[in-house]
Amino acid sequence: MPRDTALEVARSVNAGERSALELTRSALERIAERDGEIGAYLTLTGDLARAAAERVDAAVRGGATFPLAGVGLAIKDNMCVTTTRTTCASKILDGWIAPYTATAVQRLLDAGAIPLGKTNLDEFAMGSSCENSALGKTVNPWDRRRVPGGSSGGSVAAVAAGEATIALGSDTGGSIREPAAFCNVVGFKPTYGRVSRYGLIAFASSLDQIGPITTTVADAALVYDLMAGRDPMDATTVDRAVEPALPGLREDLRGVRIGIVREFGLEKLEPEVRAVYERAYADLEKLGAELVEVALPTADYGIATYYLIAPAECSSNLARFDGMRYGLRVEGADVGSTYEQTRAAGFGDEVKRRILIGTYALSSGYYDAYYVRAQKARTLIAADFARAFAACDAIACPAAASPAFEFAAKADPVSMYLMDYYTIPMSLAGVPSLSVPCGYATPEGSELPMPLGLELSGPLFAERSLLGIAHAYERATLHARARQIPEIVATAGAK
Amino acid sequence: MSATIEAAKPALLVNGTPYEVVMGIECHVELKTETKMFCGCRNVFGAEPNTNVCPVCLGMPGALPVPNAKAIALLVKAGLAFDARIPAFSKFDRKNYFYPDMPKDYQISQFDMPLTQGGVVHFWLGDGSRGSCRLTRIHLEEDTGKSTHASRDGRIAGSTHSLVDFNRAGVPLMECVSEPDIRTAAEAVAFLETLKRTFVALGISDVKMEEGSLRCDVNLSLRPVGQTEYGTKAEIKNMNSFNSVGRAIESEIARQVAVLESGGRIVQETRGWDEAAGVTHTMRSKEQAHDYRYFPDPDLTPIEFAPADVARMRAELGVLPDENLTRLIEADKLRPEQALQILDSPGLFGYYAAVVERCAKPQAAVNFVLGDLSRLANETQTPVPESKITPEALAELVALIEAKTINSKTAKELIVRLWHAGGSPRSIVEAEGLAQVSDTGAIDAIVAEVLAANAKSVDDYRAGKTKVLGFLVGQVMKQSRGTANPTLAEERLRAHLDATG
Repeated sequence: MPRDTALEVARSVNAGERSALELTRSALERIAERDGEIGAYLTLTGDLARAAAERVDAAVRGGATFPLAGVGLAIKDNMCVTTTRTTCASKILDGWIAPYTATAVQRLLDAGAIPLGKTNLDEFAMGSSCENSALGKTVNPWDRRRVPGGSSGGSVAAVAAGEATIALGSDTGGSIREPAAFCNVVGFKPTYGRVSRYGLIAFASSLDQIGPITTTVADAALVYDLMAGRDPMDATTVDRAVEPALPGLREDLRGVRIGIVREFGLEKLEPEVRAVYERAYADLEKLGAELVEVALPTADYGIATYYLIAPAECSSNLARFDGMRYGLRVEGADVGSTYEQTRAAGFGDEVKRRILIGTYALSSGYYDAYYVRAQKARTLIAADFARAFAACDAIACPAAASPAFEFAAKADPVSMYLMDYYTIPMSLAGVPSLSVPCGYATPEGSELPMPLGLELSGPLFAERSLLGIAHAYERATLHARARQIPEIVATAGAK
Repeated sequence: MSATIEAAKPALLVNGTPYEVVMGIECHVELKTETKMFCGCRNVFGAEPNTNVCPVCLGMPGALPVPNAKAIALLVKAGLAFDARIPAFSKFDRKNYFYPDMPKDYQISQFDMPLTQGGVVHFWLGDGSRGSCRLTRIHLEEDTGKSTHASRDGRIAGSTHSLVDFNRAGVPLMECVSEPDIRTAAEAVAFLETLKRTFVALGISDVKMEEGSLRCDVNLSLRPVGQTEYGTKAEIKNMNSFNSVGRAIESEIARQVAVLESGGRIVQETRGWDEAAGVTHTMRSKEQAHDYRYFPDPDLTPIEFAPADVARMRAELGVLPDENLTRLIEADKLRPEQALQILDSPGLFGYYAAVVERCAKPQAAVNFVLGDLSRLANETQTPVPESKITPEALAELVALIEAKTINSKTAKELIVRLWHAGGSPRSIVEAEGLAQVSDTGAIDAIVAEVLAANAKSVDDYRAGKTKVLGFLVGQVMKQSRGTANPTLAEERLRAHLDATG
């Protein structure tokens, strides 16, 4: 049975048909029933949720309405919520209670959303499977032998499994879009600078962007409209009027030009996966869109560029986790050894790997060869996108080359990095990009069809147009409603 | 630098060869803003530890910096005051290194695109000569917290633990870097005093060394006169007053000369000034090759200035202290130390200028302002501009003296009255008949009385003890309630004594 969307929940609560508290209680019950198997949440915030629900109900009784009245919200655990444990799924933040709330979260709470809990992620959002969490295992609700994707794996799994109506994720190189594709939900990364990063614990500051994870494109538009806009606490938010996306949702694609990227040929994909994307492109055309070929000749350099810039920024961003003021502290003989031992014990392998790469890339003598060249490549990639968008309104491509893989299938870090091949170029260019469910493919050796996502990306600040296009596609195809999450699946390999 | 000034310098000889001292100065100055550089916390000195802090200046996870526009404007003002270039494009960079009083383990600073570039500081020296030192750059950064080490001498070695106060973390700090143009301790001090005077006058900083709002390091090396390459330098730190800067430089020059004379070599190092011992000592024996891994701070957008904005800021600068100083020395012909004293005492320049504007007698004005008025200010603990004697009154007084309407004795008495009670000196002189008596007839009458009453002195005078004349003048002054023109009194006394003898 299709679940209520955020728009439907808010409408019914504002109309007095259902109470936010009642909805919150049943959401918390569902989490209690299911999350032992799914592992989406690291921390539940039941008390905050009930208190928020009571406030919404009281205000609604007084005649107020809220765009997200009573809507259950899961928050990726790299965003601060005041008085609440915030971990980044890392041991290094052990025991840290955030003293303030992230702007994006606050804007949703102000709109009546109910904070249900903090969700799992790859440690410090570094990973594409959620396997790099130091604090818990999250499974893909469609097949528990498989990863939910990452790094926003917990948020995506929570929405997919019906443990939250909406969730917040963060996307640095694909961390919202790839898991959304793996778990059959909508995941949207807005233009860099559109949503405040204040209170989002930084991985790579020039790439990080908060975005919604929802079951429908309309809900993504609703949440985006509430979060977007300048924040005086974040100097990188853009001072430019937000065009509301919700009123821009459309039913067809007449007059829309969709760019198909020459360099992203589908021939490299598995036949069943390839067929899904060929069908998706055909469906766009059927809706009235004109398909045009566009070129992103530098997109192939995306991963190499990203794995210099993102680690360079992270090596500096993560310096503050030094055991001096908060979090884990492993006492050494002197201050230097306290730093070393704290960081050795507190960070996982992937985080250490990226700090090392980034420190190297910024070092005297290597800076020009690595960091500066990567920035130049980034400029070229952005210019490619600008040229491509001169010829089309949105670019369509796979969100990932394959459906969700099994745990431990990508032990080699580079094979894991390649999972973000289709999402990283958009992050480097800063353009808005989303994943919308587009069908299913059954991986080799499995009996369960797994979801796939179509990635749609638009020009800078063209969120309204992009979400409008995605909505038309979603309404025409209804892939997310074609299948149900299997309630009981083979337990082989499950936790 | 002119040849005469070079020649005036005492020759520095190392084993008989003339050497010169080469110095460059780096100083850090805390800016006078309401709030910190990247957050809304108050920028004040002396609060309870860790009370002016927030997630941003504590480097809490997820917090982001937002630049303080006032701090940027103040720094640009500082650059413009010394004719620096303001590039159209500037940015903030991260300087990465671990230290417990640095909340983020990186400092937001500026690396290759500072807010100001170049510029020159002109200054007056005590001997009335003019010097200058070019600036390399002035850039903006954030201050760190303050560590207190729990050990007997407050040093980290041997301490059991350390405490950190983050009130200072994030305070806007400008770093001024000079070119190696400074040759003497006097020039170094004049350079620093000029910076201070300018920053205070323009409201850029309070420049209180004792509160740490100005910290400076001096890079010092020696080289034979005529050699173009620099000698090996030592960096001197820990001076807590301009006076210490001068003493530290003299001591370091002497140390380097001694090392060279004994056949040794100067080692590149950082040396701390020991105020009590009056010497520098090694702090870090070898310059650690720090790799700060500077890169542009992705949390902050570049700073851009339109030429029109820079022109407007330049126009708003007003008259600079050095221009005032030059006016005092060149136009008003004050001695350099008088000019400096006028300029460096709060409110005194404006007061002095107002007096001179009305009486056009700078030397007389400066004598009163730095003499009687400064003494009274000291005695009554009242700054001159806040006393009851207005610049108009002082100008009037100067005019009365110049016109010989009153004599200096009357003037000194009037000053004290005016200081406490105010009023117009001309009105007082007229009302109380204090005008100097220069009428020969009137003076002769008093002289006759005095001579009649002091027969013994008259006899002494005529017996050759001419010294008693002074006493007799005093008697005439006394008799006239101080109004007699003393020169005329003496002249008439002499005439009477010599004529009747």
